[in-house]
Amino acid sequence: MSQSKLEIPAPAPHSSRPATDSDDRVDRLVVIRPARRWPHLDVSELWHFRELLARLVWRDVSVRYKQTFLGVAWAILVPVFTAAVYVVIFGKFAQFPAGEKNTAYPSLVLAGVLPMQYFASALTGSSMSLASNLQLVTKVYFPRTLLPLGSVIVPLVDFIVGLPVLIALMWHYDTWPNGAQVLLAPVFILLAMVTVLGLGFLFSAVNVRYRDVRYMIPVFLQVLPLLSGVMYAVEAIPTKWQWVLAFNPMTAVIAGWRWAVLDAATPNLGQTAVGVGVGLMLFVVGLAVFRSSEPRFADTI
Amino acid sequence: MPTAIEAHELSKKYQLGEMQAAYGTLRESLSHAASRLAGREHRAGGKQEIWALRDVSFQVPEGQVLGVIGRNGAGKSTLLKVLTRITTPTSGRVEIRGRVGSLLEVGTGFHPELTGRENIYLNGSILGMKRREIDQRFDAMVEFSGVERFIDTPVKRYSSGMYVRLAFSVAAHLEPEIMLVDEVLSVGDAEFQRRCLGRMEELGSAGRTVLFVSHALSAIAQLCDRALQIDGGTVVQDGAPAEVIANYLHQTHSAGVERVWPSEDAAPGDDLAKVMAVRVLPHEGMPPGIMDVRRPIGIEIVFRVLRRGKPVFPKIKVLDRESTVAFNAMDTDERWHEPTPPGEYAATAWIPGNLLNEGAVSGEVAICSLDFPKLEHHAAVYEAVSFEVLDPGEGDSARGAFGGQWKGVVRPLLEWTVEPDPISR
Repeated sequence: MSQSKLEIPAPAPHSSRPATDSDDRVDRLVVIRPARRWPHLDVSELWHFRELLARLVWRDVSVRYKQTFLGVAWAILVPVFTAAVYVVIFGKFAQFPAGEKNTAYPSLVLAGVLPMQYFASALTGSSMSLASNLQLVTKVYFPRTLLPLGSVIVPLVDFIVGLPVLIALMWHYDTWPNGAQVLLAPVFILLAMVTVLGLGFLFSAVNVRYRDVRYMIPVFLQVLPLLSGVMYAVEAIPTKWQWVLAFNPMTAVIAGWRWAVLDAATPNLGQTAVGVGVGLMLFVVGLAVFRSSEPRFADTI
Repeated sequence: MPTAIEAHELSKKYQLGEMQAAYGTLRESLSHAASRLAGREHRAGGKQEIWALRDVSFQVPEGQVLGVIGRNGAGKSTLLKVLTRITTPTSGRVEIRGRVGSLLEVGTGFHPELTGRENIYLNGSILGMKRREIDQRFDAMVEFSGVERFIDTPVKRYSSGMYVRLAFSVAAHLEPEIMLVDEVLSVGDAEFQRRCLGRMEELGSAGRTVLFVSHALSAIAQLCDRALQIDGGTVVQDGAPAEVIANYLHQTHSAGVERVWPSEDAAPGDDLAKVMAVRVLPHEGMPPGIMDVRRPIGIEIVFRVLRRGKPVFPKIKVLDRESTVAFNAMDTDERWHEPTPPGEYAATAWIPGNLLNEGAVSGEVAICSLDFPKLEHHAAVYEAVSFEVLDPGEGDSARGAFGGQWKGVVRPLLEWTVEPDPISR
C-alpha cells in the first residue's frame, strides 16, 4: 500500500456538488426534539428512508443462506418437511379433521404451514432486530422502526419461494381457489404482517433491556401452531373453542388464507373480525411500547 | 450567514439505575424483581438522575469550525450523540441544516459475508447516501480504498487494513455539509486518528461546518474558529479558541504556579540553605500558569543561604506530563564558585521559548553544592511548580500550521539549512 493512497479526496466546493433530488437530505432541515412517546409510525420519515429499508432487507436476504450447502432450497425444505410430518402424524395416525369442505389434508396443512413459517421467522427476526443491529443503533441515526419493519419483510421471500410447492399440491389434489376470492389472499398475509410487526415492535424493545426474549420466543412458537389451526381446520372444533382461538390473529390468517387459495370453508366473519381486532391492537400496543422505550435504546442496548 | 446548527435549551437526563440494568438476563431480572418486591423503599431512594446536558444553547454559522472542550463526563459526547440523533434530548430542540456526517460511523453496518462492492452500497445507504450518489462515487471510492482486485470478495476475507481503508473510503466520500467529529470516541490507531484530523481540516477549509470534540487542545487552537467549553452539562465558555483554552486550562490546573514558605523554619532545606519561594513568572496577557510555547518561561527560586559554607547554586529539573525528565539545569555561573555569602537570593531560570512541548509541565527545584563527584542537595522541592504550555496556534511555532498530535518531550524550533538544488542552479 503506497502512502499516497491514504490521502483523502479533497472535498468538492459547495457549488460543484452534484445536483440532487428535492427530497434529498442535503437540503433538509432536521429538527431534533424530545422523542414523542405516543404510538405514531411517522410514515413520511419511513418513506424518506425507503432506500435504506430496501438495502437492509436486501442485506438480510442475501446473507440468509450464505455459506449453506443447500442455499435457498431451505426455504422449500423447511415447510415441506414440517408439513410432511404433520400429514403423517396428524392426518394419518390421529385422523385430524380436514374441515367442512373436506379439503385434501396435505394442501390444508401446507397452506397452514407456510403462513405459520412466515410468522415464526418474522417474529424471531424482528424481535432480535434491534439487538442484532447493535452497531447501527449506537452509531447512526435512522428511524428505529425500520429494523423490525425490515425483519418482517425479509421472510416474505421464503414464503414466496415456498408458494410453488403449495401450487403443486393444489394441482395434485385439485384444490383450486374459487375465482375472485383468491385476490383476498394477500389481505390475510397482510394481517399476519401487521400482527407480527406489532409483536416485533414489542419484543425488540423489550429485548433491548431483557435478553429473556430470546428464550421465550421458541416456546411461544412451539405452542402457536397448535392454537392457530395449522394441522386442523378450525371450523371442525367445538364452536366455543373456535371463539377462544379467534383471539389469536393467526387463526384468522390461516382460515382466511385457506379459504382464499384452497376454497376451503368460509371463515366465520365474527371470528375473523376478532382476529383482525386483536392484530391491530397488538400493532398499536407494540408500537406504543417501542416508542416509549425508543429514546433509551442507544443508552441501554 | 445562515445558521447550520442551532441548539436551543438542549437538555438530556439519564437515570442512573438505567445504566446498571442495561444488560438484563433472566436470572438478573428475576433477582431484580425479587429485590424490588422485598424492599420497595430501597428502589425509591436509589433512583438517581443525572443531567448530562442542561439548557445548552448555541448557534453555529455555516462554514464555522467549532471546537468543544471539557473534562471527561462534562457532556461533550452526549452533545454529539444528540446532534447525530443517536439519542434524543429530554427537552429543548436543535435545528440542523444540511447533511450530517460523523467519523464515528466509519464502517458501520459492514457485513462480513457481503463483498466489498455490496458493502459500499450498504454502508453508503446507512450513512445516508442515495443510490445515485453511490453510483457516481463508486469508482472513486474503490480507487481510494485500493482494494480494486478484491472488490467482489466477501470482506470477511479482507485484512484489517483493507477493511478499514474501504470503510474510511465510503465515509470520506459522503461529503456532509456538517461534520461532527469526536476524537475521544474515535478509537482506532494513530493512523486513523490522523486521517480523521486531516479530513476535518480539509472539510473546514472547504467551507463546511465542523463541530469538533477533542482533548487535543492544540488541535482545537489550530483548527477551530471558535471554541465552547462544556462543564457539568452546560456551556461555561464560548469564544475565541486560545482564550477559551487558556481559561479552561487555568480551571483544571491543580498544582500551583507559586509556592511560598512563610518562615525559615517551615521552609525546606538544611542548615546551609533554605528555599523560601518558587514561582513561575506569568506571561503577559495569559492567565497564570498558562505559558505561551513561543516565549521564554521564567522559574524564579527565592532561597536563603544561612551561613558561609560551600559554594551553592540553584538547580531545576523539568518533567513532562508522564514525569519524564525533560532536562536538568543548574546555574554554572562564576558567581557561585566561591563559598556563597549568607543572604537572600532570587534566581530565575529562563527556559527558552520554543523548547518545551505543549502540555502539563512540572518543575522541581533544588539548592545544591558540588561534593565531587556527587551533587549534594541542601534544599529540594519536588513538584515545586507546574504549568501548562499552550500553543496558541498562530502558525509561528515549531508545529507551524500543523494541528495534529505532536510528540516529544521537547519541540525545539530548529534552524534548517538547505543546500541549493544543483539542477536548478
